[in-house]
Amino acid sequence: MSEAKLLRIENLKLHFRTTQGIVQAVDGATFDLSYNKAIVVVGESGCGKSSLAKAILRLLPRNVHTYSGRVFLDSTDVMTLGEEEFRQQIRWVKMSLVPQAAMNALNPVIRVGDQVAEPAMIHLGIKHDEAIAMARKMFQNVGVPEDFLIRYPFELSGGMRQRAALAMALVTSPNLIILDEPTSALDLLTQANIMNVLKRIKQDLGTSYILITHDIATSSELADEVAVMYAGQIVELGDTYRFFPAPLHPYSIKLMASVPRLRADQEPDFITGQPPSLIDLPVGCRFAPRCPSRFDKCDQDPPVINKDGRQVKCWLYV
Amino acid sequence: MSDGTIEKISESNVILQKSFSQDNVLLSIENLRVWFELRRWGFGHAGYVRAVDGVSFDLHHGEAIAVVGESGCGKSSLMKTILGLYKPIEGSVIFNGKNLVDLDTRGMRWYRNQVGYIQQDPYGALPPFMSVKRILEEPLIVGGIRDKTERELRTRKVMEEVKMFPVEDFTSKFPHMLSGGQQQRVVIARAMILEPKLIVADEPVSMLDASVRVEVLKLLRGLQESHNLSFIYITHDLSTVRYFSERVFVMYAGKIVEKAKITDLLRNPTHPYTHALLAATSDPDAKNAATFKEVPPGEPPSLVKPPPGCHFHPRCSRMIPGLCEVQDPPDFEPETNHFVGCWLYK
Repeated sequence: MSEAKLLRIENLKLHFRTTQGIVQAVDGATFDLSYNKAIVVVGESGCGKSSLAKAILRLLPRNVHTYSGRVFLDSTDVMTLGEEEFRQQIRWVKMSLVPQAAMNALNPVIRVGDQVAEPAMIHLGIKHDEAIAMARKMFQNVGVPEDFLIRYPFELSGGMRQRAALAMALVTSPNLIILDEPTSALDLLTQANIMNVLKRIKQDLGTSYILITHDIATSSELADEVAVMYAGQIVELGDTYRFFPAPLHPYSIKLMASVPRLRADQEPDFITGQPPSLIDLPVGCRFAPRCPSRFDKCDQDPPVINKDGRQVKCWLYV
Repeated sequence: MSDGTIEKISESNVILQKSFSQDNVLLSIENLRVWFELRRWGFGHAGYVRAVDGVSFDLHHGEAIAVVGESGCGKSSLMKTILGLYKPIEGSVIFNGKNLVDLDTRGMRWYRNQVGYIQQDPYGALPPFMSVKRILEEPLIVGGIRDKTERELRTRKVMEEVKMFPVEDFTSKFPHMLSGGQQQRVVIARAMILEPKLIVADEPVSMLDASVRVEVLKLLRGLQESHNLSFIYITHDLSTVRYFSERVFVMYAGKIVEKAKITDLLRNPTHPYTHALLAATSDPDAKNAATFKEVPPGEPPSLVKPPPGCHFHPRCSRMIPGLCEVQDPPDFEPETNHFVGCWLYK
């Protein structure tokens, strides 16, 4: 274990109890993240990527069946902290979240400035006036005009609301921000703009990101590393420079081939079949039923192979 | 301006170029304006929302076109006017030689049989209390097909066309039991079942997962070719357009700013807004993270009070002072069949 890691996650599990059975939303996620880096978690809907965000931030619903594993943030084992300690020391202080559809997550009856200032008041115990001043500074950072502080969310466009939600995550200056589908509901030019803002913040403030998305093309704007998630498990982990040109896992290969490209003449392909239900998972490799290179060994759960510093959970590379 | 022939583009997977003659027009739109009146205190006039402001184009039999633009550019209003849901305040929609405004109730019923509509959100578009069979039979019942066996036959046929095999597994299912891709297939089947000549698809794949998106697009493309359908594909995603349509219209603030074949548009984009759209579209590439994107400043204008002259001029880096903010640019033709509404090409 190296000291320079901001976040280290070991064998994180989050299972939910439902009337149909146990949903294995996150099943043994392991990865780490250095300071001032961005990792993107990609996968299809229902692969457990949003649950991974919730598990890291410990924003759990009531029907949790299993919640285990270890999460180190700045080499503190945060899983040993009690709920109150976690709330006071970690959540929004050291890591914060921009939730999915953040543009609709703002309270419609509170002024945007007050909402952005609120985390600073609650988590850092700062007085209102000072917190508003911090919010003003964050608005400059994310490129929202200052007079929007006293506006209500409905007066802002989608892109501006998204920026406000980002300012809310930034106001306590955390080291780590989890972005859950930060641009999926936005227009193309607004998307590019938000990506620019995120890049600038990463450069200027040294923030790290966990970017959760299904949009690989847009995520390549920000990511240093890629984690591919399939049916609750991380099946491939590696840096973008090696991942994008040549993914290893058959699922990653298929997923990359399904991205329509503007600048390359490459007919996009699709993955046949559907991802398995997280309640009733196939035995062995979870991608095996859809995998073109399946063989006998795939009936057993594949180990995580370290291949030149990249990790892949597939029997092909043993 | 060249009036010679276009250079032949041979790109492996760009769809085949078809030739269309003038008499082959299915849908003709002339100088269409769809404005919505704003009311003050419920009765006073307070201006108009100029959702569609002077749009003209022809759509031929068996041709697929794409309309690309951001939200609020008027592409949905254009689509709904074509479907006959909005009345234009000026201009006309002419389908097969018949003007939409002249059609009476019976005429509209005929028209609705000729035009299919694929909605953006499949789950929202399917009634949750109806089985797939009911959903698909509904247009046939409304369309006046009384014979039950014929209805069953046609339901079956259309489900096979959208590749829902085996048909028996799906007929009794309800929308919530289907995956997103399957739901969208039901929506497509419903649009196809009356054997329309024209299909309007509003962002048909934007709600679907990346891995299913291409599958559904290919299905649509296959249906379009095998039935010789005319297709209007509305999207904000330029990267899927090239796999789908021959021509593309770029729309900004109620106007079509560029009309071209998709190959020409990608090879030689002309309008500054098209440039911006292309620059903002990413391909998965690790190098992207190292550079900032060039994005025009500001946001699309209010359609109530659009800027004078060219609607894009406040955001345009190549604006010509004294011209762009004064006069609305007409369509110029920098190369054959490539039209652009920009003063740079006069």
